[in-house]
Amino acid sequence: MRSLWNTLDRQLRRDIGAVGLAIGVVGASFGAIAVAAGQSPWIPLTMSATVFAGGAQFTALGIAAGGGTAAAAVLAGLILNARLLVFGLSIADVLQTGWRARLLGSHLLVDQAAAFTQAERDPLRRRAAYLGCGVLLYLTWNLGTLLGVLAGRAIGDPRALGLDAAEPMVFLALVLPALREAPARRCALAGAALALATAPFLPAGLPVLLGLLGLVAARHTSTEPVADAGTEPVADTRADPPTVRSTDAAPAPRTADDA
Amino acid sequence: MTLPAILLLALGTYGLRLCGPLLHSRLTLSARTRVLLARSGVVLLCTMAATSALTTGHGFAGWSRPAGVLVGAALALRRASFLVAVLAAAATTAGLRLLGLR
Repeated sequence: MRSLWNTLDRQLRRDIGAVGLAIGVVGASFGAIAVAAGQSPWIPLTMSATVFAGGAQFTALGIAAGGGTAAAAVLAGLILNARLLVFGLSIADVLQTGWRARLLGSHLLVDQAAAFTQAERDPLRRRAAYLGCGVLLYLTWNLGTLLGVLAGRAIGDPRALGLDAAEPMVFLALVLPALREAPARRCALAGAALALATAPFLPAGLPVLLGLLGLVAARHTSTEPVADAGTEPVADTRADPPTVRSTDAAPAPRTADDA
Repeated sequence: MTLPAILLLALGTYGLRLCGPLLHSRLTLSARTRVLLARSGVVLLCTMAATSALTTGHGFAGWSRPAGVLVGAALALRRASFLVAVLAAAATTAGLRLLGLR
């Protein structure tokens, strides 16, 4: 591990270290906010160790503490984490050294580790960036949470330290680079507006999920042919008698797979 | 949060993490699916940023938190490190509250 870490140059090590420190601060804010919201200390500690995804943890905890259902909390967290699947595909090469690497290494997959890995070309350096960042962030995130839980009981109100501003900062820091792309920006702003407009009256958690409807805001540009293809079959099936439609539809997927 | 909910979230998240390394040779997502997955992540992150900056429960969070977040975002856009942005956001929010702003 140490020699692997040494394959990274000093600048990169410093960058990873700074992110690790920042994640520790955010972890502390998570721990302090959770305790201040009336959760037992084991809850933020267990979440940080087993979920290890700041955005999903803040989201799920916020929904649960705000009176939302457990289902909404889990669902919102999982949808938020669906991006990890895409990141996992992009860094899969660094975990091809065996089953243990895959099973243990996968748990270290976070946005920042994927970002540092994607910036490297050399296989060894990619591995070093991924594991170095993943291990460091796992340690600082959990240590931060522990300190936050301990401090949260002493401070009382984490708002006095402005710790509640750390949560939106995590999301913003992750999303700002992606907002350079115009369709994504349009979707994101539409989704945020929709969530803000519905937050006053919908149950906790729903406004965020509803914000996904903002995805349709991209349709007017890149996906126009797809939108056309989507409307045509609907018009066809309506015109056809139901019996004809069902017999026609059955073999269709098979031939499509064969071809 | 209850223990079953935490474990469900943890297992689901681990499953999502494992998908890539486990299936990358067999699973090829279409370009459209990739874009959609990535974009839904962007939308959710932005939605979370907006709601967590501006709301508490069903109400407005007050001015101090969004003001702090704005300072942090401005620093992040000017390529300040994430640590500096987070600390500046928290310090601004705490300072404004000290001055009596809600």
